[in-house]
Amino acid sequence: MSARGGFIERSIADIAATLEEAIFSEELARKEGLLQNLDPRVKVITFLALLLAVSLSKGLLIIVALYFLTLLLAWRSRIPLGFFIKRVWLVIPFFTGLVALPALFNIFTPGEPIVTLWQSDRFHLAITMQGLRTATFLVLRVGVSVSLAVLSVLTTPWATLLKALRILHLPQVFILILGMAYRYAFLLLHTANSMFLARQSRTVGQMTSGENRRWIAASASTLLAKSYHLSQGVYLAMLSRGFQGEAQMLGTFRLKPSDWLWGGTLLALALLAVLMGT
Amino acid sequence: MHIPDGYLSPASCAVMYAAATPFWYRASQKVKWVLTAKMVPLIALFAAFSFVIMMFNVPLPGGTTGHAVGSTLVAIILGPWAAVIAISVALAIQALCFGDGGILAFGANCFNMAVVMPFVGYYIYRWISGRSELASLRRPIGAAIAGYVALSIAALFTAVEFGLQPYLFKAADGTPLYAPYGLSVAIPAMMGPHLLVASVVEALVTGSVIAYLQRVNQPLLMLTTELPAEARERAVASPRTRILWIGLAILITLAPLGLLAPGTAWGEWGGEELRELGLGFIPQGLERLGGIWPAPIPDYEVPGLNANLGYILSAVVGIVLVSLVTWLVSRMVVRQPTEI
Repeated sequence: MSARGGFIERSIADIAATLEEAIFSEELARKEGLLQNLDPRVKVITFLALLLAVSLSKGLLIIVALYFLTLLLAWRSRIPLGFFIKRVWLVIPFFTGLVALPALFNIFTPGEPIVTLWQSDRFHLAITMQGLRTATFLVLRVGVSVSLAVLSVLTTPWATLLKALRILHLPQVFILILGMAYRYAFLLLHTANSMFLARQSRTVGQMTSGENRRWIAASASTLLAKSYHLSQGVYLAMLSRGFQGEAQMLGTFRLKPSDWLWGGTLLALALLAVLMGT
Repeated sequence: MHIPDGYLSPASCAVMYAAATPFWYRASQKVKWVLTAKMVPLIALFAAFSFVIMMFNVPLPGGTTGHAVGSTLVAIILGPWAAVIAISVALAIQALCFGDGGILAFGANCFNMAVVMPFVGYYIYRWISGRSELASLRRPIGAAIAGYVALSIAALFTAVEFGLQPYLFKAADGTPLYAPYGLSVAIPAMMGPHLLVASVVEALVTGSVIAYLQRVNQPLLMLTTELPAEARERAVASPRTRILWIGLAILITLAPLGLLAPGTAWGEWGGEELRELGLGFIPQGLERLGGIWPAPIPDYEVPGLNANLGYILSAVVGIVLVSLVTWLVSRMVVRQPTEI
């Protein structure tokens, strides 16, 4: 598959990457480690607090310190650090870096110049202190926030995470829909993948862009119709198993002493970061 | 268009959660009215569908490819309220599992893509397609225009949310703490690529899927008329309440006029202004009562903010608070019909 490839190859690559990520996450979530053993409700609360601390902090060093905390937690949770760092920084913060680049210069962020790049009577281009700080703030905040989100997902199986979301007082029916949507998203991803593969294996020569668009529209419509029919089937299946509109969930969590200890420590660190940062 | 955490300040994130919450609440109520059991798998499957459709690369004229969002499409098929939940769920899966879109920024992302987009898209589609035949050409054209406009407006909302950050949140030395670009940069930078590429993809996908469904699967286009929620909605929104809503919208748009008028509103003078107006004495009672209620936002000016912007911000906060209180009171007074 060439790097450029056609739209079909790109879609197949995107779908494959998504499936691979999800499967690898579930695998890591089942390892024995610090965060895997933490009660998922404690994890939801503490990670929200840490996210908020990253977002509230007005000091760059504090955000960096919180990133090291994230790395430490990842290491104690037996997550391969190379994989963790690459997974986080290669996509979203990288893009943010491009977004933040122009902000370095005095055109967008006026302030004290540190490096003057061009100086003439009419035009003056320099990197400003304020520009450097704002760009660093943006990239660090995005990177550390994504790290925290990814870390909590890598150490919690999806089904457990959903149950833990109840602590935020989300209505049961939302959680039911969320769980069902996640499960069927994979089925539909597989279906879409087969459609793309089938099309690719039957194509000889070049198709025009218009033909390709018509084909994409037809596949999207077929997938839409499939989703609808599937939902009817699922409804009948739920009905015949006695579903009456109320979602029930199995299993309850019980807090261990270590949950109190770690939950308390992480919350205290988040609070400390907020207090020091403002 | 998925805003990651770090671009918006926590305060802005809270405001956006507050903006999206009434829509989530109302949507869940609407869905409850229409047999919970049947809607659960329907919404779940459409959420899964919109998650998958965001992964389709669509070839554009000229050789590039782009991604579609699909919110307008889901809104046309399911109606806007069910679409609010379906797309929010798809966004939640993206944010929680793949780090695509922030968790604190989830409210903002939902407001842009799961509230603004389906409502704008759905009503433009309904307006253009009108009472036309199911096979009429007006439907795919309407859907394409709806997709184009809805995504562009959602992008505009995103740009404004970004663009407000540097005015509102700065460090002491002038360093913007969150998204660094002001409105004059953020709006053109967001709108250019969206108007030229992303909205075109959205229009192509929405229009051509509706055209395809016209040929092979017309019943799917009639789903909204079958869902009883729609019938109820039409019964509830009587012409009179609609006029009230339009009136409110006009008043809100006119509100910035207050920026142009000099002086204080007639009859709303404070003690000092009375003295300036040439009044020799201040009624003692007025002077005494003047300090009894310190307003949270005195003179509608938020400290540390450009006066005009502060005024607009106060107006927005005011409208939201008033609507919230009205809505709470009306909920307490009017008993809900018993659920089916």
